[in-house]
Amino acid sequence: MSALPPIPAHPVTPAQPGLALPAALTGRRLPSWAPPAVTAGAVAVAGLLFAATPLQGRAGFVVVTALLSVGSQTALSFAVEGRRRAVDRMFSAFVYASFAVAAVPLVLILWYTVLRGIGAINLRFLTVSMFRVNPDNPGGGIYHAIVGTLEQAALATLMAAPIGVLAAVYLVEYGRRQPFARAVSFFVDVMTGVPSIVAGLFIYALWILTLGFQKSGFAGSLALFILMLPVVIRATEEMLKLVPAELREAAYALGVPKWRTILRVVLPTALAGIVTGITLGVARIMGETAPLLLLVGTNSRIETNPFASTDAQRLQEALPTFIYEQFRDAVGNPDTPAAQRAWGAALTLIALIMLLTGLARLIARLARVRG
Amino acid sequence: MAMSIDVSGLNAYYGKFLAVRDVSITIEPRSVTAFIGPSGCGKSTVLRSLNRMHEVIPGARVEGKVLLDGEDIYGPNIDPVNVRRTIGMVFQRPNPFPTMSIFHNVAAGLRLAGTHRKSELQDVVERSLRGANLWNEVKDRLSKPGGGLSGGQQQRLCIARAIAVQPQVLLMDEPCSALDPISTLAIEDLIDELKSTYTIVIVTHNMQQAARVSDRTAFFNIAGFGEPGELIEYDDTSTIFSRPSNKQTEEYITGRFG
Repeated sequence: MSALPPIPAHPVTPAQPGLALPAALTGRRLPSWAPPAVTAGAVAVAGLLFAATPLQGRAGFVVVTALLSVGSQTALSFAVEGRRRAVDRMFSAFVYASFAVAAVPLVLILWYTVLRGIGAINLRFLTVSMFRVNPDNPGGGIYHAIVGTLEQAALATLMAAPIGVLAAVYLVEYGRRQPFARAVSFFVDVMTGVPSIVAGLFIYALWILTLGFQKSGFAGSLALFILMLPVVIRATEEMLKLVPAELREAAYALGVPKWRTILRVVLPTALAGIVTGITLGVARIMGETAPLLLLVGTNSRIETNPFASTDAQRLQEALPTFIYEQFRDAVGNPDTPAAQRAWGAALTLIALIMLLTGLARLIARLARVRG
Repeated sequence: MAMSIDVSGLNAYYGKFLAVRDVSITIEPRSVTAFIGPSGCGKSTVLRSLNRMHEVIPGARVEGKVLLDGEDIYGPNIDPVNVRRTIGMVFQRPNPFPTMSIFHNVAAGLRLAGTHRKSELQDVVERSLRGANLWNEVKDRLSKPGGGLSGGQQQRLCIARAIAVQPQVLLMDEPCSALDPISTLAIEDLIDELKSTYTIVIVTHNMQQAARVSDRTAFFNIAGFGEPGELIEYDDTSTIFSRPSNKQTEEYITGRFG
């Protein structure tokens, strides 16, 4: 190492052209009542426009009002506050509008289902089956479908959750950068996009045509398992990748073997995310219809045994297939008892999924800090 | 219970890249040895080679011998898990287990190795926390998560966790670089107490710290970017900082570079 050259003195920075200091630190702002006032004005102008011109329709009114409001607010802001704040206001408006557009369908679906379904739901509806109920008559219930859905989803989850989590552990902790792990990861991505009817046909070909079993609730859960597996693997994989390498090193440095590190340090750290991933998978499969129509069939009475498949009398119903059946029987008339039962079942299905999601969150929260 | 470490001809690689070349060094038991040198000179890599933590990084490997009281930890049939059990480590950034309470963080090494007797764990936790000068600050909130402590407390918690398994050697990889001066002082005092029981190797960027805490100092350097790091000089700390025999060492400790 030779002696280092002396450090040159910093050249004095000349005043840069075009970047003058602001004359004052304060700036002119629009008063806080301006945005609502502009929006009110936009509503008024749009109303006049729709009254005077051939424009019509509620959706069109909302769009025209929104555009008018954002446009005039941006223009006003540009005149008073300057370019930077005008751009800020415009993009803020776009961000909020995008959120609203994304949230509207979700809220509408929920709202409409509650509106149509809440009238059908009562204790009797939830606790009796459709056995010996004429589809055209009122009465009957969805107990048999709730039993089927819960059992089939539970069986699928019992298979998909452990296999999915272990597969993700392999991908992240053991197989990193290996060709086999890359191939598995690729096929998991492909499987995420497999249409549910294809999963159903695959199980039909394997379980029923090749192995010679009958239709049953369990055959349905096999298809649901295939649909749920990639969701669980992908979610768990992402969560395990988020666990800092420092935590693994801390455990290794204590002389903890790798498998114990994974079991006691890595998985608990990622638990909340893994539970969320499994819940997402459950939510996805609980609404699946196509594979169940193929593999389970339908039944109007209660069948608690998902493995029962001796004859058509002992098949399992599920909520999605029940909804499908009732809509078919309603033949497009929303006032028939069948249509009301379908809305009631749809609301029950959504409520079940929300309940399970909430329960899973609660479990993950309770398990967060523990020895 | 402290062991000597005898390194000879150590080469450390990241994939094909030779990060450290031909390091030979003898570390005395019950002493503090400091590794100093500019960034990228391989001092952390050498440290991690001493308890087989280097190979945890994918593609990383080590050549040469590291004798722990005469036994080569890179020899055949050596279980890295047992090596790490004997040679503990404290990292640059405090890394308590976020899912565990203070108590369970300290007990982690024992619990994860299969000890579950409550009374024994309580003894070990109290002894280790006292050893890390943390007991008085946390004794009333042992069941709270370890992540809620301050940075300096978290680092002492990690030291308590490391000494709870009663290692022979304690490796410290820049343990104070994320801490404020008060916490640094607490850790340095602690190192001074621990050296009566353990063999301590500490990597530090802070030469004053090396001068304060260590008995012997090793200076590492690299010839240039992309070149492997090498051990330049290894001697008593007082010698290194007063009469270094190598020109590079002298330039580094006098602040001419680095």
